[in-house]
Amino acid sequence: MARTESRYSFGGDEHLFVEIDEEMSLEAFFKSLSVCTAIKEAGIRGVSEICPANASFQIKFDPDVIAPADIEAEVRRIEARAQASHRIATRILEVPAFFRDPWTTETLMRFRDRHQDPNATDIEFAARINGYPSVEAFLAAFTGSPWFVSMVGFVAGLPFLYQMVERKRQIQVPKYLRPRTDTPALTIGFGGCFGCIYSVRGAGGYQMFGITPMPIYDPQQKISYLQDFMCLFRPGDILVWKPIDREGYDAIKADVEAGRFVPKMAEVTFDLDAFERDVDGTNRKLLEALHA
Amino acid sequence: MLEVVRPGLATTVQDLGRPGYYHVGIPISGAMDRLAARAANLLVGNPEDAALLESPFMGPELRFADARTVAVTGAEIAPKVNGEPRPLWTSFRVGKSDLLSFDFLKKGARIYIAISGGIDVPVVLGSRSTYALGALGGFHGRKLEAGDLLPLGAGAGASEGRTVPEHLRRMPEMPAKLRVLPGLYWHRLTEEAKQSFFEDTWKVAPEADRIGYRFRGGRPLTFVPREQPFGAGSDPSNIVDAAYPYGSIQVPGGTEPIALHRDAVSGGGYMMLGTVISADMDLIGQLQPHTPTRFVPCDMAEALRARAERRKLLDAIRAHLAA
Repeated sequence: MARTESRYSFGGDEHLFVEIDEEMSLEAFFKSLSVCTAIKEAGIRGVSEICPANASFQIKFDPDVIAPADIEAEVRRIEARAQASHRIATRILEVPAFFRDPWTTETLMRFRDRHQDPNATDIEFAARINGYPSVEAFLAAFTGSPWFVSMVGFVAGLPFLYQMVERKRQIQVPKYLRPRTDTPALTIGFGGCFGCIYSVRGAGGYQMFGITPMPIYDPQQKISYLQDFMCLFRPGDILVWKPIDREGYDAIKADVEAGRFVPKMAEVTFDLDAFERDVDGTNRKLLEALHA
Repeated sequence: MLEVVRPGLATTVQDLGRPGYYHVGIPISGAMDRLAARAANLLVGNPEDAALLESPFMGPELRFADARTVAVTGAEIAPKVNGEPRPLWTSFRVGKSDLLSFDFLKKGARIYIAISGGIDVPVVLGSRSTYALGALGGFHGRKLEAGDLLPLGAGAGASEGRTVPEHLRRMPEMPAKLRVLPGLYWHRLTEEAKQSFFEDTWKVAPEADRIGYRFRGGRPLTFVPREQPFGAGSDPSNIVDAAYPYGSIQVPGGTEPIALHRDAVSGGGYMMLGTVISADMDLIGQLQPHTPTRFVPCDMAEALRARAERRKLLDAIRAHLAA
């Protein structure tokens, strides 16, 4: 049950932090997204950053331009007025996924001493603790429904992914006991109830399941589909995994390098109420739109 | 053109940062000690937001292809031109083929090297600052390496001997004091932890960089017991992943507080107990590893007073150098 009143707090003298709900839900995420959109449209003076997150959001402001109490009052007014929109126009994107690839496997083996189960791989551990009889059954569930991009960040362009199924079907996996100091770029990770794609190489605490050959962040903007903006994902995007093997991985990587690769993408409207009435039916329609 | 003979430890090109992209995980970046960076630019006659070099703990060696005005501010790492000492916080001239090098670090952590005309690397998303984690901006998105040739802008350069007097410079006290506005997930701490966090003297850990500063040595912080909310993760220090303010202090596992800085990770799943106030962010950039540090509780009124004072200090530097 979603909380009715948001919690406001200041992050020092330059940030206003608003927690819609302590727990994750699509309802809280939709509210965060719609309030952030309304704040952006309101064009409040002194605001330099508006950051929607999973079930909260953050505003950075200049207290020399707008007093902290005044920005809180403005945001509260906008929040009260904002219809928690249950319908959004968004994009659905297909992401090729090579699970149990050699690169993340090599990396996870190097960090077994930081893991809950040193005798299994990350994906074997995740399958077991979520009650799946095999990694194949786990992957069928993992790739069987679309995912919402519920936040972009941690590092440049990294999408946090929220599984679009009823809560009882949602996969949950703890993060590493101690974070790794290394994660290959484009690793498909998972922690808590969130999936992610690591946009750059670096430290990380999420379990590693596989890798995608499709770049999602390009500061040089040489990748054909990242020339308008260097980050592919935006909060509110919908993602679908397409399992591929080594051959498929190599082929896409070659296409990306040759400038031939174009991500499969379609414009869709998502209706939260329709989704809650019929999860699988709504997801099926989203997939049809992607493949139309 | 400026030739990097030796790069130092992690010298990067920085200006006053790249606001506006934090919502896609691209942090503001820019000089960690902004007051020192602004002062260095003013000393050489640059706009305050010109790109300059930031060097932590150790200076680089740089060779000049033409005559320039230079100023070094921030930490006490004395500059030398062709081996001859030059004063800190003071403009000096260098000639064609001159070598700028540095003595050892005596105090503070980061120097700012401003050169008349500024470092003329391309502007990316509105700034020349380096965001190394994202390989973005600066010189090829990375710290400098030996042999790099940095383009410089055109600029006459101010005269030699302009100086920022000592009372207008700002460095951390010993032990360092960082004012913190409690908030965000402060309510997750037990009463005992709320007290011990501010009572204990912490020490800067070796993991201290542009992303964040880690602190060690205080008592572990304990959390109010609760059933973890859905999606937060099982550790009591976990939250549903949220946005992280600059200066926010997270405490993974309750053991080592981390204060995020200009290259902050923009969000994640660790509770934050509060935020270092904007007026004290510059000070963090001048802390060496092992520096004893106290966190001092502060309310919003005091944070805004401190901000106004810092602003006054900057205005005084501007007025002094304009005179």
